[in-house]
Amino acid sequence: METKELICVNCPMGCRVSVTIEAGEVLSVTGNSCPRGEAYARQESIRPMRILTSTVKIDHALHRVLPVITSKDIPLDMMDAAMEEIRRVTVDAPVKMNDVLIENLLGTGADVIASRSMDRI
Amino acid sequence: MKHYDAVVIGGGSAGLSAAVTLKKQGIENIIVLEKDGETGGILQQCIHNGFGLQTFKEQLSGPAYAERFIDQAAEAGVEVLTDTMVTHIGADKTIEYVNSTEGYAKIQADAIILAVGCYERSRGAVEIPGERPTGIYTAGQAQRYLNIDGYLVGKKVFILGSGDIGLIMARRMTLEGAKVYGVAELMPYSNGLPRNIKQCLEDFGIPLYLSHTVTHIYGHDRLERIEVSAVDEKRKPVPGTEMYFDVDTLLLSVGLIPENHLADEIGVVMNPRTRGPVVDENYMTSVEGIFACGNGLHVHDLVDFVTMEAARAAEGAARWLKNGSSAGRVIRTEAGSNVSYIVPGLLHTDAMPGNVEFFFRVTRPLDAGEIIVRSGEKVLRTLKKKKLMPSEMERVLLTKQQLTGLEDNLTIEVKETE
Ligand SMILES: Cc1cc2nc3c(=O)[nH]c(=O)nc-3n(C[C@H](O)[C@H](O)[C@H](O)COP(=O)(O)OP(=O)(O)OC[C@H]3O[C@@H](n4cnc5c(N)ncnc54)[C@H](O)[C@@H]3O)c2cc1C
Ligand code: SF4
Repeated sequence: METKELICVNCPMGCRVSVTIEAGEVLSVTGNSCPRGEAYARQESIRPMRILTSTVKIDHALHRVLPVITSKDIPLDMMDAAMEEIRRVTVDAPVKMNDVLIENLLGTGADVIASRSMDRI
Repeated sequence: MKHYDAVVIGGGSAGLSAAVTLKKQGIENIIVLEKDGETGGILQQCIHNGFGLQTFKEQLSGPAYAERFIDQAAEAGVEVLTDTMVTHIGADKTIEYVNSTEGYAKIQADAIILAVGCYERSRGAVEIPGERPTGIYTAGQAQRYLNIDGYLVGKKVFILGSGDIGLIMARRMTLEGAKVYGVAELMPYSNGLPRNIKQCLEDFGIPLYLSHTVTHIYGHDRLERIEVSAVDEKRKPVPGTEMYFDVDTLLLSVGLIPENHLADEIGVVMNPRTRGPVVDENYMTSVEGIFACGNGLHVHDLVDFVTMEAARAAEGAARWLKNGSSAGRVIRTEAGSNVSYIVPGLLHTDAMPGNVEFFFRVTRPLDAGEIIVRSGEKVLRTLKKKKLMPSEMERVLLTKQQLTGLEDNLTIEVKETE
């Protein structure tokens, strides 16, 4: 039996969560303040998943880049490949918050969506 | 001169929340003045997620959180002037500003809410010996270049200071293809949120050098190399521990300070610890009718509390506009052992408008502690807590009944427990 101390990264509370693992099986999770912390601890012990945020180029807008975010967690080990996909994208204003810019990013089931709206100028 | 019931200076999350709350309180004749080309404030460059869990029960990116409040302000019919820089305020509550359409203008307010945010300490404040090449930025400057202007400031990076902006930028620049060699922190503990140490450094194998600092800078035009040394308990560099990193960029993430030159000019009393104004339970400063909230009052790590605090300040301003100043006894709040500061700093205990949430920080990391709130010798509330960190703001709520009629100053202290 092995106990791991993790920090839940799901929100800025940053709860210190301990996970007890035996033979690759999660036996118990303690220290989390909400159910998301438990789900996080279980997943973290198998394959860490993270939200990815970045920017894409945007034409005809107030700024030169538009912030984007994945609609859900993607595997941490796929970040570099995901960034490469994101870098290929250029969008044209106007854009609305939550507009889908890349569907099903690298087969992860997560979309890359606009983090904010930007008017055309 | 144009007249407003209330003028909000700064259109970040604090200013937007204050404006929306003023409208809700029936104060209709208001305006928000913002120096940037759009509202939202610092959030527009904080493109990472992790905002708004308390307010919206979801993790939004900074711009998405800002957009919700920008929309709320628009729905409430809040008048906003962007690209408008306030240059001076008077104790008579006149406000001078400049913008490209009106040039120089002066307006009269009954109440002013300062929601001006904070600025970053820069190299001058940390005094690193050596040359003065380019390639040294504050973490927030680099963040703005990258996330708003789309420009990566360098490829080989070192970060001084473990503040959150620096940690967030370590991850962001790594994802953009830069090599981040490490983060040096003068103190034996990190100043960033634990989650940022985990997901910004550990996830990417970026070393955190605690009790270390940058001791020399080399490079003529562009930064070429830095020297990093360990420090002793007195924070003095230890000879023989030097490490060298060949980097083109050094980011400084060594602290945020409330922006307060407007308030300073008219003699608003400041708290030397927070470096923001001293306010009462209505968030009013020492100058009657001038209120403060958000990072311009004290530096926050969570935007939810900024939103909430600004709403409190707007309620305070609305009350003052309707009823005038609070009369009666005034007591101070005092930071006891292990506490660095408390907001609010003053209380009118004969005229408490409601419950008061006190914000404070501990001076050093404590594994476990008991938060004790007392007035003189009388204990009002105790609260046990694990893992108290200077980087995480603590809160404690006292009810109107508990506070009403108190005669002795209110002390908050944290006793270390096992
Ligand atoms: C880099 C960084 C990362 C953060 N990460 C998180 C996080 O992950 N999660 C979280 O919950 N919180 C986070 N926070 C904290 C939180 O987002 C901020 O504390 C909050 O947004 C501050 O809001 P504010 O309105 O007080 O200040 P600001 O957003 O800075 O707004 C102040 C506004 O006032 C304007 N202004 C200033 N002076 C004048 C003047 N003279 N005339 C006109 N306008 C003026 C400025 O242009 C600015 O728009 C982070 C903060 C920073 C700095
Ligand atoms: S356990 Fe819940 S409250 Fe704690 S950090 Fe995770 S998501 Fe936030």
